[in-house]
Amino acid sequence: MPAAFSLNGAAAWMQRLGPLIGLLLLSLALSVLSPDFLTTGNLLTVLRQVSINALIAFGMTFVILAGGIDLSVGAILAFTGAIAAGLMAAGHGMALSVLAALGLGLLLGVLNGVLVSWGKVAPFIATLGSMTLLRGLTLSYTAGQPIAVGNGGFALIGNGYLAHLVPNPVIWMFIAFALGGFLLRGTVFGRHVFALGGNEEAARLSGVRINLVKLGVYGLSGLLSAFAGVVLTSRLYSAQATAGSGYELDAIAAVVLGGTSLAGGRGWLVGTLIGALLIGFLNNGLNLLGVSSFYQQVVKGAVILVAVLLDRRK
Amino acid sequence: MRKYGFFALTAAALLAAACSQQGPGESAAPAAAGTAAGAAGGAKVVGLALSTQNNPFFVELKQGAEQAAKEAGLTLTVVDAQDDPAKQIASVEDLIQKKVAVILLNPTDSSALSGAVQEANQAHIPVITLDRSVDNGQVASHIASDNVAGGGKAADFLRQALGNKGNVIELQGVPGTSAARDRGQGFEGALKGSGLRVIASQPANFDRAQGLSVTENLLQAHPDVQAIFAQNDEMALGAARALEGAKRDNVLVVGFDGTPDGMQAVKDGKLAATVAQQPGMIGRIGVQTAKSLIDNQPVEAKIAVPLKLVSKDAAP
Repeated sequence: MPAAFSLNGAAAWMQRLGPLIGLLLLSLALSVLSPDFLTTGNLLTVLRQVSINALIAFGMTFVILAGGIDLSVGAILAFTGAIAAGLMAAGHGMALSVLAALGLGLLLGVLNGVLVSWGKVAPFIATLGSMTLLRGLTLSYTAGQPIAVGNGGFALIGNGYLAHLVPNPVIWMFIAFALGGFLLRGTVFGRHVFALGGNEEAARLSGVRINLVKLGVYGLSGLLSAFAGVVLTSRLYSAQATAGSGYELDAIAAVVLGGTSLAGGRGWLVGTLIGALLIGFLNNGLNLLGVSSFYQQVVKGAVILVAVLLDRRK
Repeated sequence: MRKYGFFALTAAALLAAACSQQGPGESAAPAAAGTAAGAAGGAKVVGLALSTQNNPFFVELKQGAEQAAKEAGLTLTVVDAQDDPAKQIASVEDLIQKKVAVILLNPTDSSALSGAVQEANQAHIPVITLDRSVDNGQVASHIASDNVAGGGKAADFLRQALGNKGNVIELQGVPGTSAARDRGQGFEGALKGSGLRVIASQPANFDRAQGLSVTENLLQAHPDVQAIFAQNDEMALGAARALEGAKRDNVLVVGFDGTPDGMQAVKDGKLAATVAQQPGMIGRIGVQTAKSLIDNQPVEAKIAVPLKLVSKDAAP
């Protein structure tokens, strides 16, 4: 990998270690403060709680690394989840419904990519538009009502356990993490994502087909959002018309907390997993400690601001 | 190769592990979650999972619960879902991990929270639902206002006030919640066969700002309207603002809940009436019922908290 796109030296290591140290310090503090925190049951519960956000944030990492942003992830999640539930309610099988939802998510993501690349629309605006459009489509498709899912096999996607211990959503999260990590670090596509985010013009001149890379990252983001939609729909035994509102911000927060630069070209997938865990531990810990929910939001906002400020100082 | 060898390894291990998965229907809880409720010493902890605190009704409910907890010598832990069912499941799980003695659940949604109730069942923590019910899972008690009867009271009031004829707009609450369903059912049921007609019925999600915008839109579409029934006071206050903006002072607005703002608006003549719930009492009875469960005393499966119609003539 070219030196310009990797992190070098002690400062770079600190930047990589920063989120991890933050996560360890937070876990340590919560273990001391609450006897219920450091138990297998609680840690697995937190992993399951973060899995939806992590799945979306993995896709978001690719988009942000490539210098873009995707605000439509929560809306894609809601729409594809509703389609999956709707297909099953209409009597279709689980496999077909899930594949249709995933395919639709991929397609919607690619359409975002088309707007951003060939359409030359700023990513913020393009995905804000598709977010609003998809929210409307979801509301009209569901008529604002939850669509209940009775399929027992489908319910296992979000509610089952592996070996009676590890919740299935946690398995999906780690599989997506492993595949995503491979895609980012072990393939030409991954290198082109870094190149594009680092310097679009330089990337174009050195032969990177930037429009295709953009289709790829937005498509991946759409696909993972749809997958998160399937898992969430299963977890809730129903598709909710307003599911996933605000999830785009949680995903961006996880990416940024993990040390990935919003300017693109610099970051890593491990950091995003750490960022998602940070948010999850914070949510869980503040609840275990019985902190008033009003102050919980203050704490979370402050943590994000501090993390970004620390990142800026480097 | 070494760089991504780790990823490949993880992927391979996980895929191999996923293949050995149990068949359908065996969603056993993690072993650690099965410990008995309320094992910690000292004051018993009761968890209260609220749907939102962005609504004075639930804040009042919480205050009633807090006061009752203080009187009963219980510690109350409050978690807030900000109307997101996924977030509420997470916070109920946190309460389960905290091993609270009883969970008071005010569900964001009747279908989505069933799973969380079942998880609490598996951990042997009793659940009491407040204001809204859940579709599945074992619930020790459900405490709510008699919403169907309340919707009927609103309809009776309008029939009398309008001389049994006219057009009514209905502002609905969050679709899928039992409160929205029951109030609508009671209201529309009591109007059946009367001279009043519901000409439009749209959700404004129990929210004041949406009540304002939905009413503005509906007034454009249906200028010939004599009354608005909103399934809560927040939407009614939004509707009153919309009427003020449109200079329509001949339309009667009836709210539901009897929040402090709603009661004040009735006094000021902005609302014709409100069907007053007693949210503080729901919270209070919730905690008292939790106390009974902790003391191993029997509780009623359904507790109806009374409602009353408050208008300018019939102030409480």
